[in-house]
Amino acid sequence: MQHYTMNLTLKVWRQRNNKDAGRFESYPVNNISSEMSFLEMIDVLNEKLITDGGDPIAFDHDCREGICGMCSMVINGRPHGPWEETTTCQLHMRAFKDGDMITIEPFRANAFPVVKDLAVNRGAFDRIIQSGGFISVNTGNAVDGNSLPIDKDMADEAFAAAACIGCGACVAACKNASAMLFLSAKVSHLSLLPQGKPEKKQRVVNMIAQMDKEGFGSCTNTYACEAECPKGISVVNIARLNREYLGASLSGD
Amino acid sequence: MNWSQLFASSIGKKITMALTGLFLIIFLLVHCYVNANVFFSNPEENFNRAAHFMGTNLLIRVTEIGLFLGFILHIVQGYKLELQNRSKRSVKYAVSSGNVTSKWYSRSMALLGTLILLFLIVHLIHFWVPSRFGGLTEVEYDGKTYHNLYGQMQDVFAQSWVVVLYLIGCFSLSWHLLHGIQSAAQTFGWAHKNYMPVIKNVGAAFAIIIPLIFALMPICLHFGLSLDAGSLTLLF
Amino acid sequence: MLDSKIPVGPVHEKWTKYKGTVKLVNPANKRKLEVIVVGTGLAGASAAASLGEMGYKVKAFCFQDSPRRAHSIAAQGGINAAKNYQNDGDSVYRLFYDTIKGGDYRAREGNVHRLAEVSTSIIDQCVAQGVPFAREYGGLLSNRSFGGTQVQRTFYAAGQTGQQLLIGAYQAMERQVALGTVEQFTRHEMIELVIIDGKARGIIARNLETGELERHFGHAVLLCTGGYGNVFYLSTNAMGSNVTAAWKAHKQGAYFANPCFTQIHPTCIPVSGDHQSKLTLMSESLRNDGRIWVPAKQGDNRKPNEIPEEERDYYLERRYPAFGNLVPRDVASRAAKERCDAGYGVGSSKQAVYLDYAAAIQRYGKAEVSKRNLGNISAEAITNLGKEVVKEKYGNLFNMYEKITGENPYEVPMRIYPAVHYTMGGLWVDYELKTTIDGLYALGEANFSEHGANRLGASALMQGLADGYFVIPYTLGNYLADDIRTSNIPTDHPAFVEAENKATERINKLMSIKGKQTVESFHKRLGKIIWDKCGMARNEEGLKQAIAEVRALREEFWSDVRIPGEINEFNPELDKAGRVADFIELGELMCLDALERNESCGGHFREEFQTPDGEALRDDENYMYVAAWENKGVSDWVLHKEELKYEIVKPSQRSYK
Repeated sequence: MQHYTMNLTLKVWRQRNNKDAGRFESYPVNNISSEMSFLEMIDVLNEKLITDGGDPIAFDHDCREGICGMCSMVINGRPHGPWEETTTCQLHMRAFKDGDMITIEPFRANAFPVVKDLAVNRGAFDRIIQSGGFISVNTGNAVDGNSLPIDKDMADEAFAAAACIGCGACVAACKNASAMLFLSAKVSHLSLLPQGKPEKKQRVVNMIAQMDKEGFGSCTNTYACEAECPKGISVVNIARLNREYLGASLSGD
Repeated sequence: MNWSQLFASSIGKKITMALTGLFLIIFLLVHCYVNANVFFSNPEENFNRAAHFMGTNLLIRVTEIGLFLGFILHIVQGYKLELQNRSKRSVKYAVSSGNVTSKWYSRSMALLGTLILLFLIVHLIHFWVPSRFGGLTEVEYDGKTYHNLYGQMQDVFAQSWVVVLYLIGCFSLSWHLLHGIQSAAQTFGWAHKNYMPVIKNVGAAFAIIIPLIFALMPICLHFGLSLDAGSLTLLF
Repeated sequence: MLDSKIPVGPVHEKWTKYKGTVKLVNPANKRKLEVIVVGTGLAGASAAASLGEMGYKVKAFCFQDSPRRAHSIAAQGGINAAKNYQNDGDSVYRLFYDTIKGGDYRAREGNVHRLAEVSTSIIDQCVAQGVPFAREYGGLLSNRSFGGTQVQRTFYAAGQTGQQLLIGAYQAMERQVALGTVEQFTRHEMIELVIIDGKARGIIARNLETGELERHFGHAVLLCTGGYGNVFYLSTNAMGSNVTAAWKAHKQGAYFANPCFTQIHPTCIPVSGDHQSKLTLMSESLRNDGRIWVPAKQGDNRKPNEIPEEERDYYLERRYPAFGNLVPRDVASRAAKERCDAGYGVGSSKQAVYLDYAAAIQRYGKAEVSKRNLGNISAEAITNLGKEVVKEKYGNLFNMYEKITGENPYEVPMRIYPAVHYTMGGLWVDYELKTTIDGLYALGEANFSEHGANRLGASALMQGLADGYFVIPYTLGNYLADDIRTSNIPTDHPAFVEAENKATERINKLMSIKGKQTVESFHKRLGKIIWDKCGMARNEEGLKQAIAEVRALREEFWSDVRIPGEINEFNPELDKAGRVADFIELGELMCLDALERNESCGGHFREEFQTPDGEALRDDENYMYVAAWENKGVSDWVLHKEELKYEIVKPSQRSYK
């Protein structure tokens, strides 16, 4: 792999807090190595801003290995940037070339209010989980782990859904700011497993009610969420969610 | 959970769209079947007889009320959803991801629906209004009087701008269906990973073939083309 | 001498006896008792959930925007449990023994045995919660091998075991939030401990979104704040992982134990340049199938695939034939460093070794041919079949490697190098996980107790969940049973006011420096000092230099750091400044501890103390103790020792040959 350096112009969304209107500002960044991660490139800019007496760009990040789900950002119109199945922290500067202009915006959705600059509040996701995204089993109640054999394919499918990192890229990508992919991943993870079956009906009904309450839009099946999901969560999960919701509504009391 | 809660929820609203959409698709099939008469031999009489059947059969007339209700529900709910969904992101993106992650027609269902609605209004004025409220010439077959809807078509489609307008309507319909059919399947939860491609392909075929047949009608009438090669087995 | 309060009796009866006789709190009283849990990783989330389920009123704090982001989520390989599902000779005793030996005989027998005992319940609990562990076609749980053991006892969910376990604990905790027993505070950081009449009674937390300071009362405080690996700047820890909560407790009287015991993980992606902000681990499970090698010739610049088999040195297989590539982490890391220092390193930096999957791909390919009865097929087809199998097992790790390095690991051997990963040291706790401050507990990586001088792979997840699900629910009750008459202390109590003032003063001081150098630049410099002089190998001279350098750095930090922005706003630079200030102080203590321990054991390798063939040379005569440091002021510590008594296992020189 050939390494190279590049000079770029960043057009970054700056917003002091949730009450501020926000605007774009442009910053040149020079001598960026193709081996850097995207966030390391922003680190470079921030170090310069601080040294020059400016205000560094606030952004969320933590594990920087693509699993915690904390990093966000919409890069040139794409949540988590141009690479498929990649979080912003795993995006590397090889994806860009010298002279590029990169527009960086926060995840935009009314349900994700901006905290500052590129950092947003995704507490709505926690509240959706609180509304039913669990299996009710107190510590100490469990039987032996092998007492309940689970079809391997089923377990694998549940795992694929459980791989969701709760980053919110699906919401950011959706033209309706819908959280259906996030929701459906959790509903699928739990309802595919026999342990999750007893609470299947209330779970889906309560979680959808909470999603609607939080101010997310509804799903119009454009599947942009699937295309942008850094963990490749499939929209088949949304179909399953729809089916379960309809089933719960028709058979519920 | 009761029914009103179901239909008030975000998924419930989508179910309304899907149900009414599928119902309207059945109407399209019947309409298309009637239209297809013009491509075969003796188009005028066969078409007028078919139109007469559609206009006088009691069952069809009752269903027509349902059809209008279906249209209204689909349109009103569609606009309401669009407005609601638009309100969920007050600050828009400066850069859009464009068509990289989703199809333009999937994102433009409201626009396509509006074009179809405009077309529909013109279409109703051209044919449905005169056949219900008078203004059509009459013809006689086997001693019975029929509206000469075929004649009306010949008059209307003689004008080039009307043909263009109808073609726009058909294209809009095609794209609307291209998204709509598989979307309805997804909403009903029929999208198993093994069947999803089948549903998508069948839906896409439908979305192309039906509007194509519709589009051929004004073209054929405008240019006086006819297959004249046999006839559809008439039910009427 | 410190008293660890390990129950008397045979080691396998200690925990049972403790549970049977421990004091209890009745359900009505539990509702009146408040517990503060700081940190929501495996230990914190599982503790908050379990205590909430029992009826305690819990307040859970995390600095991230959601409890689910805690860095436990990044653990890849798996979690150990003595289930013996594979019928390969595993048992509670063997897990206990492996852990004690793996820790180079610097861990407590009583604690470790308890850990091995509860390990089986953890798996059951997680399965019941819906953690999608890997399964066999028969529907039963699958196991894999891990370093330092000869049985297959590691349960896993692809390369995302930590994520799945954390989400299980997180969901259990969110369920309690919905039920009202747990209150959750996100983007909150504990910055001061409140002590009233010698007991921990609350914390001062900073709301990171608004910068406001908040006072929170608790009958007890649980620190589940993880390790301090970020003292090295470059580590596999998350960017926000910090020692601040533990350090504040330390400065208020909690002893800090074995700070120099840090684990350097052998298989990480090498540093690519000065811009590097963190290091990425490649799961130890990769050593199951991958073979580690360097060229047999020094300074060999050929591409790896051009180096013939006979000119490669599979140095782990050569040096440790019994365990081969699966030796414990400290051993594997040191061996890699030894090769690179001797001039056999690869890649542009020469600070890397190869982790090669070519042999595994062939082996799996051939196995598939016979499994699927394919008969004679081309070599290329066999390779492709092998790649498919490897992809299913390790696909996400291989993808991650490719994203970071731009190289395809299915075709070219991966380059790896050791990196700071875990800290065995931490707050000193007794058998009940209580620190030297009454009412203050430390769970998970934040305490020091179970791993001795080196942790075995897949044991961190086990310990975090053991502490949270199965230990603290019993031991906390033993303390709170005597506290049922203590009503809530109002937060206008002078101790709260004083603690908040202290915090305010410190923040104001940081903001008023208005120097020239960024927080990040200080952190980098600190990391370099500690890595160079208190990293994989240490010596007396280097450690003495390091102490002087860290002290000078502290002075410089407090006179020249530049923090932009305001106090009362979202200001990540200010948050970071507070953390780095604490890391600098901790860095000094680490060097002091390393200097004091005149032996090599586990992750602590003093160059002066090694066997003729370069293995760690312990000194059980003089150093078989836990070094617990009491802080007396700036650069002022007193050492307290907890003697380690081995009743069951007889310490010997660790051998993996």
